[in-house]
Amino acid sequence: MHIHFVDPYQTGQSPVHRLNPRAKLVLALGFILVTAAMPLGAWPVYVLLFSLTIATAVLAELRLGFLLRRSALALPFVLAAVTVIFTTPGTAWLKLPLGSWAISVTGAGVVRFLSIAIKSWLSVQAAILLAATTPFPDLLVAMRAVKIPRLLVAIFGLMWRYLFVLADEALRLLRAREARSAKLPTSPLTPPPQGRGMPLPWQGRGWGLGSLLWRGQVAGGMVGNLFLRSLERGERIYAAMAARGYDGEVRTLDTLQT
Amino acid sequence: MHHTIEVQNLSFQYPDGTAALRGVSFVIQPGEKVGLVGPNGAGKSTLMLHLNGILRGQGQVKVCGLPIEEQNLGRVRAAVGLVFQDADDQLFCPTVFDDVAFGPLYMGLPPDEVRRRTAEALAAVAMSGYVKRVSHHLSVGEKKRIAIATVLSMQPEILVLDEPSAGLDPRARRGLIRLLQELPQTMLIATHDLRLVAEVASRTLVMDAGQIVADGPTAEILYNAALLARHGLEMP
Amino acid sequence: MLNSPLWGNPVSPAQMHIPDGFLSLAVSLVFWVIAAVLVGMALRRSGRELGERQVPIMGVLAACIFAGQMLNFSVAGGTSGHLLGAALAAILLGPWAATIVLTAVVSLQALLFQDGGLLVMGANIFNMAVVGVWVAYAVYQTVRRLAGQQAWGIFLGGAVAAWLSIVIASLSCALQLALSGTSPANVVFPAMGGIHMLIGLGEALITLGTLAFLYAARRDLLTAGAAQTTSNRAVWLGGLALALLLAILSPLASTHPDGLEWVAEQQGFLGKAQGPFFELIPDYIFPGIPNEALATIAAGIVGALLILGVTLVVQRRRVS
Repeated sequence: MHIHFVDPYQTGQSPVHRLNPRAKLVLALGFILVTAAMPLGAWPVYVLLFSLTIATAVLAELRLGFLLRRSALALPFVLAAVTVIFTTPGTAWLKLPLGSWAISVTGAGVVRFLSIAIKSWLSVQAAILLAATTPFPDLLVAMRAVKIPRLLVAIFGLMWRYLFVLADEALRLLRAREARSAKLPTSPLTPPPQGRGMPLPWQGRGWGLGSLLWRGQVAGGMVGNLFLRSLERGERIYAAMAARGYDGEVRTLDTLQT
Repeated sequence: MHHTIEVQNLSFQYPDGTAALRGVSFVIQPGEKVGLVGPNGAGKSTLMLHLNGILRGQGQVKVCGLPIEEQNLGRVRAAVGLVFQDADDQLFCPTVFDDVAFGPLYMGLPPDEVRRRTAEALAAVAMSGYVKRVSHHLSVGEKKRIAIATVLSMQPEILVLDEPSAGLDPRARRGLIRLLQELPQTMLIATHDLRLVAEVASRTLVMDAGQIVADGPTAEILYNAALLARHGLEMP
Repeated sequence: MLNSPLWGNPVSPAQMHIPDGFLSLAVSLVFWVIAAVLVGMALRRSGRELGERQVPIMGVLAACIFAGQMLNFSVAGGTSGHLLGAALAAILLGPWAATIVLTAVVSLQALLFQDGGLLVMGANIFNMAVVGVWVAYAVYQTVRRLAGQQAWGIFLGGAVAAWLSIVIASLSCALQLALSGTSPANVVFPAMGGIHMLIGLGEALITLGTLAFLYAARRDLLTAGAAQTTSNRAVWLGGLALALLLAILSPLASTHPDGLEWVAEQQGFLGKAQGPFFELIPDYIFPGIPNEALATIAAGIVGALLILGVTLVVQRRRVS
């Protein structure tokens, strides 16, 4: 879960880092667009695109392992596309009997599936390269430069600034809950903790509706708590903004970090 | 010659009816450094929010001769630099530069002037190297200094600080005290840190239950054990 | 199996963040346009409601939702229930602000963590920040109107709103996948819908818990929403219509004849005879499912959006 809270930015001074953030944003989007427009099964093109991402990673002085590992994380969604292997019409490679039906794995289906997976993987790499070589404040500048409404960009900026602060608060709430709760076994296969009377899942109490509702209530209480604190913090931030002259208009002096 | 701050008979109730301020009156002269002490709930923070118009009560508040009204708010807020207790609330921009530049930018100053003031403010708090940093990675002490810089860049007439030394380790606290001693601005410092008041402020106000109960030279107030005890304070 | 990504990948709740590459270029661009228009509208509306506080409040609450998604609880085995937050945001902030807040969440998840693609972000924003929010809002308001002043309206409304918002949003996601040819409609609709009917229970539970807490701690935050019921009637009516339409259309898609290849399989037609037939269908639409079904669905969605658009225009005229 902590992958969320690792800043994707990798500090550096490479030519890619120093490239104008608006250019990088446009290039990344352009790459993803081009990748999406490429036909299925265009393996040579995919290889070419991959060489582009690798080249960029090298130019950016990023560890290749970093790029490949992070890009693999986005792939579980691929399972959503798995069925095309079976449903795309074409010459069958093999048939799997399922009762009175038979589903077939078609060549066309495998091509389609692999193309989707590869194109997705390439696109994720482009997104990672963008985030890894561009500090987020510069991404905000880039967004304003491509005419995303200033108000929206300002909201993004504030969200980013307080992401870590609130994540810390959430973690504290989680730890407080853990400190106060007896651990229930997490699966029917793990033995219950030592001691008396710990309900096993199939004995009802641990997983019954009442217990579920209670746990939902505890979680909901944490969310509610976090929400109220966030609301109050929002008011305090507004007071601080007003104290320095904020009038509702978003004004910025765009300066880049790299 | 105007008083920097002039408060006359200020009263304020919270929406639920509790009285937060009850007939508060005092003046602050240019160049004074004044401590504001009192128990929790005395109304110190509430009072501070009245000084730049975020809260409005009954009675009068004048800043550099200007009464606090809708049309004066911009100038008032440029004149009164309020530094909040939680530095995280005050550093709301992505980078340190953005935060320090915010004030001058919203004063309508041209970009060059904004950049110049930002550099000056950061230098005044000895944080010039932090200009490109991202706020959330800084330590509490660093954040407090940057927070002060965010109001210094507006070149206020008076700095109003709420619990500046709260949460600082001894070294950071020492640095802060030195900073407050060196800065030339008029100051009003609300704090529980009576030793800080002794070192920085020549005059002290004691507040309790929404009223000013004592107003005099720091040396007299802080060494009046009976007075302090009456209002839930201890001698430093 | 319970720990598999299909059941709730800890990286993203509810498995609805579509990565790049899974939607066709056409679908991606169309939904970018739709999202841009709707988010622009929401920006102006929430500005009117929140005024100068718009930026700090929505920024911090977006961070709150994002952080709140970490506050899971064990549902069964190794899975956990996560919050998407669209329903809660809609109930507590009103639909316009909620749209913006969820847009921020979806955008930053994509930009920072590659949770969801960049080209398909319009589609993701549409699913979570528009469909998720507005379905929840419509359902919540309906239930509250039925309950009148009684408290059960808040809790039942909140729970059902949360559940439906997840389910319908997932169907919207399924529609985009089907239209793009990434997954056949008769698989993706039941799969997405089915899984999210389960995941939606977690959302309903947490939403219920949060509303219970806030009802005790800050009831004023909940009753404030009720004040909006009359002026937004046309709007939530439209949202309800959209929800119903999506709900009705998707089973139609999934019960549609399986596609000729199964029939062909049983009749022994697999092979060359099939080839030419399918070449008649333009590849960019969708091979494997006859055009008409998809066209109907697409028309239905367009129709629903039109209804929403009309009601919005009507409501604006009435209010102004």
